[in-house]
Amino acid sequence: MPRQSLAKTGELMKILLRLDRFRIVIWLVALIFFTLVVPLAFSELYPDQEDRNAMAQTMENPAMTAMVGPGDLEHYTIGAMTAHQMLLLTAVVVGLMNILLMNRHTRVVEEDGRMELVSAFPVGKLANLNASFMMLIVINGLLALISGIGLYVLGIESMGLSGSLLYGLILGATGIFFAGLTGLMAQLTENARTAFGLSLTLLLMVYFVRAIGDVSNESLSWISPLGWVTEADVYGSNNWWVLLLLTGGAFVLMAIAIYLNAIRDLDAGFLPSRAGRKHASQKLLSPIGLALRLQRTGVISWAVGMIFIGLSYGSIMGDLESFFESNEALRQVLAGEQETSFTMQFVSVLMFVMALIATLPAVMAVMKLNGEEKKNRIEHLLGRAVSRTRLISAYITIAVVNGVMMLFLSVTGLWVAGASVTEEPFDFGKIIGAGLAYYPALLVMIGLAVFLIGFAPKLSSVVWLYLFYSFVVLYFGNMFQFPDWVSNLSPFGYIPEMPIEEMAWMPVIILTVIALVLAVAGMLGYRKRDIQGQ
Amino acid sequence: MALLKTENLTKKFGSFKAVNNINIDVQKGEVYGFIGPNGAGKSTTIRVLLGMLKATSGTASIFGKDVWKNAVEIHKHIAYVPGDVNLWPNLTGGEVIDLFMKLRGRDVNKNRREELIERFKFDPSKKCRTYSKGNRQKVSLIAAFASDADLYILDEPTSGLDPLMERTFQECVMEARDQGKSILLSSHILSEVERLCDRVGIIREGRIIESGSLDELRHLTRTHMIVETKQQVTGLEDLQGVHDIDIKGESISLQVNTEELDKVVRHISQFGVVKLESAPPTLEDLFMRHYEGNSGGEA
Repeated sequence: MPRQSLAKTGELMKILLRLDRFRIVIWLVALIFFTLVVPLAFSELYPDQEDRNAMAQTMENPAMTAMVGPGDLEHYTIGAMTAHQMLLLTAVVVGLMNILLMNRHTRVVEEDGRMELVSAFPVGKLANLNASFMMLIVINGLLALISGIGLYVLGIESMGLSGSLLYGLILGATGIFFAGLTGLMAQLTENARTAFGLSLTLLLMVYFVRAIGDVSNESLSWISPLGWVTEADVYGSNNWWVLLLLTGGAFVLMAIAIYLNAIRDLDAGFLPSRAGRKHASQKLLSPIGLALRLQRTGVISWAVGMIFIGLSYGSIMGDLESFFESNEALRQVLAGEQETSFTMQFVSVLMFVMALIATLPAVMAVMKLNGEEKKNRIEHLLGRAVSRTRLISAYITIAVVNGVMMLFLSVTGLWVAGASVTEEPFDFGKIIGAGLAYYPALLVMIGLAVFLIGFAPKLSSVVWLYLFYSFVVLYFGNMFQFPDWVSNLSPFGYIPEMPIEEMAWMPVIILTVIALVLAVAGMLGYRKRDIQGQ
Repeated sequence: MALLKTENLTKKFGSFKAVNNINIDVQKGEVYGFIGPNGAGKSTTIRVLLGMLKATSGTASIFGKDVWKNAVEIHKHIAYVPGDVNLWPNLTGGEVIDLFMKLRGRDVNKNRREELIERFKFDPSKKCRTYSKGNRQKVSLIAAFASDADLYILDEPTSGLDPLMERTFQECVMEARDQGKSILLSSHILSEVERLCDRVGIIREGRIIESGSLDELRHLTRTHMIVETKQQVTGLEDLQGVHDIDIKGESISLQVNTEELDKVVRHISQFGVVKLESAPPTLEDLFMRHYEGNSGGEA
């Protein structure tokens, strides 16, 4: 690399660090906070080895292994527990941070035309890429040292200096690896979104390859950098050589990226950019078709996420009884009648949690209409032969279908995983019924969103506050013994908590009627009000 | 009969009158220029005409139908191009054009679409996120001119176009007019309005302060003259309707009120005219006359 092409690299790096100072601080604080708070919470929740062994038992199933990787379940100390349940997932988040930051300073800068501006100064051709790499090495280094030393300073018995440092360094090394990978992707494609998409896909791919490997064929995990993360066996045998693999891989990726950057033109890439469609397909050509197309990626991601949530809750059902028997703190969260089994009570809480999560994409689907209005894109439709009623109906339809689909997927996931780990699986119909009983409450949330969009679009985010309120009062309601009226302010408070309670039709019917009235009123309001914009 | 007509149209936002008693009409086969600076109320008027905003008082009708109550019916026969075209970043230009044409709910003319894509030198295979402002306007313009509308409502449609594309746009407007279509063109590019429009309305602070054909408007203002004479001209200052006299050597430049033109030319000719140039006032002169010196208060 000729010296000249690196001119001003150091200065550039300082500028980048300055530009991102808040972003970096927020990322680091959040990552380090969670890294340090979890082992503390674990020692609070599972003070005795007995508690931890019970936890280890619930973790001993393929779904958990697929999600968090293999762990030292034989010696499930606080350290082993933290490394098992947190290290891999934190490493994935660190990978994401690096992808975002790296792409932001490479292909995004180039696409926005700022690279051209910078290159016109006496700044080397490779300075920006190298400065970005250096910046991320600094950030990941800080993360590694602070979290490593921090973990040690917690003073938890099973978390020694060597293991703690290794824990931190693995996070940092994983980060540098994905910085290198994103740097390379930024050279290959011409377009910032594709660079981000490719990097993220690769991150998810190495995660899933490892998941399959960990469950079925351990040698498969060896081709995945995230597989190396769990092979380190932190707080166990502490395999330091894993760091060599990660950092070695990172520097190879960086070297290739720098070479490719050196031989290419500004704005050019190595992968051919694919031309888009010149004509629209028939499916797109209606308000509902357009709305579906705009939400497609989001809906698919949420659907996968809901199945995943259901599966992971379901996979721990097998050992729940013994787990709750031995844990006082968790028993309090449930705090139900004594005659029903813990598993049943747990399922009824899960139903509420999953229903609430399923409400998020459904409400987002209808709120999208508001977003489109703010971006002045609604006028393209209303300026043509599309009535307001037809437009808002399209969004309501999508939201209503979305809600039932998300509920169904998460509950089905719960049942499938639950059935595979328990000896006497639940009746499928009963579980689906328990989940779908929440549908009217979800509809009330959609109805409220429609009502606000119709009459007070500026206040429409109130619906999120209301949803958050519902979560807090119902989830923590048992623990803190709130009075009844507090939870009765939320539609979710009226839903019978099946399977521990009997189905009650009256509240469900009344909620549906309320939802309908809100939605119809909202639609009338939407017809009468001014469309905002400009 | 007027295709588009407003009577005392008023739109208030709170206590602010964005549009104040506006009366405009667009006849069949004419291009009506709607001119005024940013914030004068052009876009608000247009958004009322499109049924996006509800008029506070007064009436507005297109094809004889109320713009608020019959929006969908009216929109089948009009084409609208906004000034700020925001598109969906993950759809291609071609997809958006097809969507826009389809949503008007009438037959789609495929050949016309291809012809316009060609004329505007537009690449429909790219995602909208990569388009510049001019390219986003092209999406909207192609969809508008490819549709067989009776009335085109164009709200500053050319602010991002280069001069060549601006020319293409003007050709499209003139072709549409030649086919008997009507166009409401809101603009602050005065040369464009001057070239295209049969009649104009000048809007200021929500009110129409001047309207009529360009000739009518010119009549109300002054003609610019440059003269050279054999003898020194005297007594110009005493004539009525003569302004801004500027003598540079042999040559005199002056402004003359249009109705006094005859008298002034007779006076000058007594001194033996060697050279006489006269230029009608440009739209810019008209416009500036309304905006300079009497900002604020009633116009």
